[in-house]
Amino acid sequence: MNALILLTILGVVMMFSGVVLKRNAAIRTLAVTGLLLAIIANVMDTYGIHFFNINIRGMMNFDRFALLFITIILSCTFIFFLLSAKDMEKVGINFADYFALIFFILCGIILTSSFSSLLILFLGIEIISIPLYILTGSDKRNLKSNEASLKYFLLGAFSTGLMLMGITMFYGYTGTFSVENLVIVEGMPSALLIAGIILLMFSMSFKVSAAPFHFWTPDVYDGAPTVFTSFMATIVKAAGFIAFIRLFYLSFDSLGDSWKLLIAIITALTLFIGNITAVFQQSVKRMLAYSSIAQAGFMMMAVLALNGPAMEGILLYIIAYNLSTIGLFAILIKMKDYTFEGFNGFAKRQPALARAAVIFLLSLAGIPLTAGFLGKFYMLKAVVQQGGYLWLVIMAVVMAAVSVYYYFRVIQAMYFKEGEAQSLEVSLFFKWTISIVAFLVILLGVYPQIIFKWYYF
Amino acid sequence: MIVVLLILIPLLSGLVTFFLKGGNSAKTCALISSLLTLGVSISGLTIFNNADLLLFKADWLPGLGSTFSIRLDGMGQLLCLLTAVSFPLIFVATWRHEYKNAHNFFALMLLSQAGLMGVFLAMDALVFYFFWELALIPVYFLCSIWGGEKRIQATFKFFIYTFIGSVLMLVGLIYLQSQTESKSFDITAFYALNISHNSQSWIFLLMFVAFAIKMPVFPLHTWQPDTYEQAPTATTMVLNGIMAKMGVFAVIRWLLPVLPFASFAYGETTVTVLAVIGMIYASLLAIRQDDMKRLIAYSSIAHIGLMVIAIFAETTISLQGVMIQMFNHGINIIGLWIIVEIIERKYGTRKMSELGGLAQKAPVMAMLFVIIALANIALPLTNSFVGEFMMFSGIFSSPLFQYELIIVPAAGLCIILAAVYVLKMVQKVLYGNTILLTEMATDIRLNEKVVLGIIVMLIIVAGVYPQPFLDLTKDTTNFILKESNVIHLLKK
Repeated sequence: MNALILLTILGVVMMFSGVVLKRNAAIRTLAVTGLLLAIIANVMDTYGIHFFNINIRGMMNFDRFALLFITIILSCTFIFFLLSAKDMEKVGINFADYFALIFFILCGIILTSSFSSLLILFLGIEIISIPLYILTGSDKRNLKSNEASLKYFLLGAFSTGLMLMGITMFYGYTGTFSVENLVIVEGMPSALLIAGIILLMFSMSFKVSAAPFHFWTPDVYDGAPTVFTSFMATIVKAAGFIAFIRLFYLSFDSLGDSWKLLIAIITALTLFIGNITAVFQQSVKRMLAYSSIAQAGFMMMAVLALNGPAMEGILLYIIAYNLSTIGLFAILIKMKDYTFEGFNGFAKRQPALARAAVIFLLSLAGIPLTAGFLGKFYMLKAVVQQGGYLWLVIMAVVMAAVSVYYYFRVIQAMYFKEGEAQSLEVSLFFKWTISIVAFLVILLGVYPQIIFKWYYF
Repeated sequence: MIVVLLILIPLLSGLVTFFLKGGNSAKTCALISSLLTLGVSISGLTIFNNADLLLFKADWLPGLGSTFSIRLDGMGQLLCLLTAVSFPLIFVATWRHEYKNAHNFFALMLLSQAGLMGVFLAMDALVFYFFWELALIPVYFLCSIWGGEKRIQATFKFFIYTFIGSVLMLVGLIYLQSQTESKSFDITAFYALNISHNSQSWIFLLMFVAFAIKMPVFPLHTWQPDTYEQAPTATTMVLNGIMAKMGVFAVIRWLLPVLPFASFAYGETTVTVLAVIGMIYASLLAIRQDDMKRLIAYSSIAHIGLMVIAIFAETTISLQGVMIQMFNHGINIIGLWIIVEIIERKYGTRKMSELGGLAQKAPVMAMLFVIIALANIALPLTNSFVGEFMMFSGIFSSPLFQYELIIVPAAGLCIILAAVYVLKMVQKVLYGNTILLTEMATDIRLNEKVVLGIIVMLIIVAGVYPQPFLDLTKDTTNFILKESNVIHLLKK
């Protein structure tokens, strides 16, 4: 609750800061400090210090899982700001507004990660989506950016429609919006409820870009300014997954028989399409867009399993995926040439950045000693423990091997191929930050207890 | 605590070496570190040889049922010794080789040593998997950065092959863990498993593929000659001398006792047939090679094939033979690679058709080369003879095998073929008339003499007096056989 209210105020403050503060550096500092305060406020919330005492009538529930997730997501945004906030200047003139929009999105994320009523879920999803449509189209003079924005808006509106329909059916069957303490009569559940669940599943799959609802993803990610692609592909996607898991964990777990097979099929499709298509990409940015679909496939396994390892694992997976992808995008934003060839000889020009990028790529590919491996490991273990679906596990690991192909193409270009990658102008601060992020990826890959201690303390 | 040092010394010195400036300091650091590791390994065999010191356990991932548990047993001692002996030999033998960015080269070599040590020490499946991959990643970079012309494609093929293998193994390990009573990755829990024959058979396939790729066994060997050829020779020594043994080792420790029924069922059928085909096929290919690196690569497939058959014979003598042969083959093959490296560095070619008459110009090298070559074809009084003799004898006396009268002659044929290609190599390189290229040849330098001298000494000592090795591996062998005895398990 602390963070939610603080972030709302911050969002409004940021909107007007552009009028008062003339220098971009001042706006940036304000945003970073504000976010830091929000993180601290949320940590205090976790330890039982509440600034506000508002009766929300059981519409939201800030449990341990939700609070930990909010801390993680805010910290990832913090790292995103440190690495890429400067690059937002280049997108357009409304520098302060972008921060305001990002803070509003964060508010939406807090809603989706702590809802216990479907209304709040809907509200959260919409609060996330609308600023995102604006951010996607923020490069106003670029036709691709405009196209992406429109496409995203139209398809997003469609999926929102599906979600509303699903919520209505749910309400029609249960007579309540609350997802907690749902009592479902034994025996065959009614077709109304099942249809509601499936519609909700489809609309959530759309939000996390799971196949076959992924068609918007490559175009939107490619068209949007790279800074915002980074934000969308990581933080927003993670929020989608938490909402997905929360919804199905809280209310529909007991009905598993009726929807798990469908989820398994969606997962398999996502893994297959994401990985196979990523192999054929020529641009690193587009490759990362497809890789984000592929990674979503792995995260879907948590939705399928919904047990202890799945809940722990999804948190670890989200951190690993976010840190690596934010780091990679932060480097990519600085490049002018987004093709694989553009990275030829990169290691010679920028040894520190190349080293960090290798760690991020290894983590995304799921090589041991990186957080990405443990994330994948938890997912596989969750599904094995759940029983059945071994075909999915084997398919997932084969697809992980396929993913090695396209991630390693970047490594090969950077280290083994001769070429003239353009030399980037990066500050010492950027180099250090990205090295620390890379170190975090390794640390979490060797000793993930530091996260789980928070969960279980 | 000794065991922790075996991993920690190469790991830390590897990380330090990354930041050293200049090739010489990195080289020296790598050599000192590898000598220290050797010292620790030998002390583990002699003065500190008691169970408490050879064991280490620490909490690691309690949520996943994994502890960081490592222990040195007899087989582990032997392979850690092999790893510890090999690295200083490799460093000294290639001392004069100039690498660009030498600090990175030596750092990665040390990291791969840490990974290898971990594989041989791990007593927890997840720890094992971690180190299995840790050994792979540095080698991938070593081959891709410092390798030959076609290095990128060749090593990528190698990486994809081994990675697919290891993820399949991972699925197997996760499944096994979910079946254990205590939901733990500990090796004792794995040994206590009692799962249905049906599950055993498909998990066996998942895991055996991973190990077979690493060894490699026909038909999963296609990455191997290319990678050995393209890798820098120092790395090829690690790949062939030690990493190939990871697969053999893993079958003994993680497959035979964990899935005894599947091992029995597949042992004489699928596995042996593939191994025999691979042996004959690789030997025939080796005869046709002109490039020394490829010849040795194919010869290695043939030798490993015999070890695989001997494992599945499941007799004391054959298993002990495999363990001893792992050590001996590692030493011999590193010797051969050193010779190849010297020849390539001096004359700029590895093609046997372009060489000749070296014996007149470099008599010391010629003598050492001949001894190592003879060891490779398992002549009596050399170390390989002991190992191969024990393996053949074990296969003959195996109660599990019915067709040993077919297997043994087929495998024995490969010994003859080995003599053909090894002697052909010796003859073409050392004897005959000198040609333009070798006219001005000089003999090898002191550091190379010392290294090859040590290898020859090891060959002869282990060939004449193998008893210490037999004593070392006896307990492990009996333990493994007890755990994997199908007849005994059926009675229970």
